Amino acid sequence: MNKRKKAAEKEISYAKWGYIFIAPFFIAFLVFQLIPLVQTVYYSFFEYYRSGLTVIGPNPVGFDNYKALFESDFLKYTGNTIILWIAGFIPQIIISLLLAAWFTDVRLRIKGKQFFKVVIYMPNLIMASAFAMLFFALFSDNGPVNAALISAGILKTPFRFLSSVSGTRGLVALMNFLMWFGNTTILLMAAVMGINPALFEAAELDGCSPRQTFFRITLPMIRPILVYVLITSMIGGLQMFDVPQILTNGKGSPDRTATTLIMFLNNHLYSKNYGMAGAISVILFIICAILCLLVYFNLNPTESDRKTGKKGRAARKEAVNG
Amino acid sequence: MNKKFKAFLSIVLAGVMIFGVTACGGGNGGGEEATTEEGKVLNIWCWNDEFQTRFNDYYPEVAEAAEDGSTTTLKDGTVVNWVIEPNENNNYQNKLDEALLNQENAEADSKIDMFLVEADYARKYTNSDATMKVADLNGVLDATADQYDYTKEVVSDADGNVKGVSWQACPGLIAYRRSIAKAVLGSDDPETVQAALADWDKFAETAQKMSDAGYKMLSGYDDTFRPFYNNDAAPFVEDGKTLNIDKNIMDWVAMTKDYTDKGFNNKTSLWQPDWAADQGKDAKVFCIPACTWEIDFTLTGNADPDGTKDPEKSAWGDYAVCVGPVSWCWGGTWITAATGTDNAALISDIMIKMTTDADILNKIATEKGDFVNSKSVIADLAANYEGNDFLGGQNHYALLSDSAAGLSLKIASAYDQGVIEKMQNSMKDYFDGNVDLEGAKANFETAIKEIYPEIETVNWPE
Amino acid sequence: MDKKPSNIRTIIAYIVLILLTFLCLFFFYILIINCTRSHQQIQSGFSFLPGKSFAQNFNNVIHDAKLPVLSGIKNSLIVSSCSAILATYFSALTAYGLYAYNFKLKKPAFIFIMLILVMPTQVSAMGFINIITKMGMINTLYPLILPSIAAPAVFYFMYSYMQSSLPLELIEAARIDGCNEFKTFNRIVIPIMKPALAVQAIFAFVQSWNNFFIPALVLQENSKRTLPILIAMLRSADFLKFDMGKVYMLITVAIVPIIIVYIALSRYIVAGVALGGVKE
Repeated sequence: MNKRKKAAEKEISYAKWGYIFIAPFFIAFLVFQLIPLVQTVYYSFFEYYRSGLTVIGPNPVGFDNYKALFESDFLKYTGNTIILWIAGFIPQIIISLLLAAWFTDVRLRIKGKQFFKVVIYMPNLIMASAFAMLFFALFSDNGPVNAALISAGILKTPFRFLSSVSGTRGLVALMNFLMWFGNTTILLMAAVMGINPALFEAAELDGCSPRQTFFRITLPMIRPILVYVLITSMIGGLQMFDVPQILTNGKGSPDRTATTLIMFLNNHLYSKNYGMAGAISVILFIICAILCLLVYFNLNPTESDRKTGKKGRAARKEAVNG
Repeated sequence: MNKKFKAFLSIVLAGVMIFGVTACGGGNGGGEEATTEEGKVLNIWCWNDEFQTRFNDYYPEVAEAAEDGSTTTLKDGTVVNWVIEPNENNNYQNKLDEALLNQENAEADSKIDMFLVEADYARKYTNSDATMKVADLNGVLDATADQYDYTKEVVSDADGNVKGVSWQACPGLIAYRRSIAKAVLGSDDPETVQAALADWDKFAETAQKMSDAGYKMLSGYDDTFRPFYNNDAAPFVEDGKTLNIDKNIMDWVAMTKDYTDKGFNNKTSLWQPDWAADQGKDAKVFCIPACTWEIDFTLTGNADPDGTKDPEKSAWGDYAVCVGPVSWCWGGTWITAATGTDNAALISDIMIKMTTDADILNKIATEKGDFVNSKSVIADLAANYEGNDFLGGQNHYALLSDSAAGLSLKIASAYDQGVIEKMQNSMKDYFDGNVDLEGAKANFETAIKEIYPEIETVNWPE
Repeated sequence: MDKKPSNIRTIIAYIVLILLTFLCLFFFYILIINCTRSHQQIQSGFSFLPGKSFAQNFNNVIHDAKLPVLSGIKNSLIVSSCSAILATYFSALTAYGLYAYNFKLKKPAFIFIMLILVMPTQVSAMGFINIITKMGMINTLYPLILPSIAAPAVFYFMYSYMQSSLPLELIEAARIDGCNEFKTFNRIVIPIMKPALAVQAIFAFVQSWNNFFIPALVLQENSKRTLPILIAMLRSADFLKFDMGKVYMLITVAIVPIIIVYIALSRYIVAGVALGGVKE
């Protein structure tokens, strides 16, 4: 008790260091990002685009851009984006948790663990555009995937992946999964490695099964990182662009079902339509912010939780030492 | 931010003007000299090195080209500075637009002097003040008398002023497989085949014959788009806010849907691997509407992937060309002079030498394979060219010299690039059976209004 | 009793891992196969067997004077490694500032960073170009490097990692030992954060290495261009010289340095296990 009070007094005197440490971040942010961002919001209230080489505007139009936005198929693109994200994210998080648990489990002896760990991230090293070129060739109507499926007797005629809604969405999800599951696994592994090994040793001594260890120790301990993965993946998902853009050649076809919100935004940048593009950005920003705050405050330990967490940690430490 | 910057600029400009007035008051008439003197740096903007290689190889004033391709030095010491911006993601036009909008504020040596454009978006630039009238460039207009008319129509502004020149013409043709023609039509002679493809009705009859014999008439949906579009009655957009879809376009939609449902095509799209494979030896596709440049660019390679030039192992020699149901053209690269250039005399000379000089054009045709933009050079080739091996010895210049002369592209508009792309994309869903025609039209309108906010209505033909 | 299920678990693990490995490496295999094939062979369809054009494609890429591959690699390396270092170090510093200290603006600062994390950046690109033009940084590598100092996603990861692995008691102990604040951060916090730093360094490096959009807007001279722009240039090359074999070769050449960096750093992650765990 006494100690904590002392620490609190000290923290006050250390406050200036907090400001010093966060200063570079905020300075860089102000210079390179804030002004463009403010401009984005500002222009969302203007008619401002180019017709050929003629600049139209900026003329103030109030909320007209927002009105036009909600009269468009905005909700459809929101739906597309969420479907594409979830279809890739669910397998991604399951596989990543599984792999992170396996890779960090000392009891599970896998030969070449090191090799597997290195390999799973490698698809992320290929540029999205190059990756899409390869996917395109693989899944084309007369490509090797169709040939294999036909010779295996599964299909009679080629399945035209990129001409069917589920085919296109499936490929986008598969590409996103392949590109990002290694990334997530590494994040989760790093989180698990941050856990005090003594905890796992204690669990083993107590006769916990791998499943119990995973659900009772690993998962709760890496909760902050899990929330991080969920939030960043959600943001990445809502801002999904390059994979569907390149795979569908910028078309978002068939029937605009692979058109994501940022592809919608990108269409408006063709005519430098900063008014509409700004409005989409602002709405997207609000959606993202609401979803992230919901996730953050529902799943992350609150202040009081953190204190009990600390207590728990101390208690566990005692148990280990004892 | 922009406003502030503008305010700042206007203050600076005001300062300069005051300074300028006082300077002139001093009786120093230096201003006039500056306008007539040629700059020592020529900035040329383009998206690849197609023109650059031709310039370095054939422009007589070239003294030395830098090895890394960034500059070319001319004999009088002028440095040609190549700004090559890749096309991907519309990057070339994005950067070009920024630079052109800043042209007035740029220093003389960093102003754009020349830039290159393609047919589908040429009007975007020629309709604006960013490009100079060819008539204002000394002697260029007179020198271009021998060029094909359509190459001038594409780059004319609303008042008919020509604003660019090209060294190539790109008449369309129909390339077909000789072996399939023999098997189904009884002869591979271009005249027999032309008779079987003379109009769209005969084309459909032949397609049916091909289908009955187990062949496909065409590879994909987009192949026949250009022949139809090219014969539209009016530009897509004339008043800047209404997009009129020509009946020709809807004929293309109806025909392609019909062909697709009857199995006359392989449901591919342009440039895709499946489309390319359909031009190979083992493909069962009879013909492909193509352009002169496609023969060298795609057809030869796709028909003979291993470069064997062996008719046994590839489709080498198994192709021939005929004009087909209509005459049409596709593509090409134009050179334009940017307003504000300080190298007008040099630009005139480059335009004249590179696009009208018979010797140079002859070399470009024979060494680079371009269908050059000169009626007399092409007539010469039509008479003397010994025949193209790939086309089984056919002299395609002879075939195309007439149809090229009759080409017209008055309907070019600044909106072509976007409209064509969106039309092909939206209709693909209809051909694939993912949406009905009304759905495809609605998607097209949505897509158009996204990229062209100024378009208020889209009119479809009855 | 414990042995049997663990055996089954091992077998399942092997099956899943081998399947995933196949999927991951398969694309590299095709990439390499395509480097050995000529343009026309690639266009005419797919093949699982190599062609004979490897040397030719390689020579085409290396000896194309208009394609400064070496300076492209150099520029990409400079931009990516500087970005990775700045992003990880300053994000860790910022996260530490918000994690270890109490001050008035702590909460607002945290919420502010979380908000900018969710702001889509596509549309602000033009504003960004305007600003760096006015700062005279256009056509230099700085605008591709300096903004990494403010990387909200990296910050958030560092913050989360500190929450799970950096006990405040440790910092208090360091203070009692008389370390000043910077020393505490550099000597005590950084080593504990090594796994997190290595992970985010890889991610930041890869992201910057493959970035096309902003570098294409900023860089104008051939000698300053990064690899993705060179690849895009090859893809929009003169149609008479358009060569997919060359494109695939350059893609492959562009992947080699990043694989080396990745493997070097991935060893560090493993070494980080001991560092991250034992310290507590």
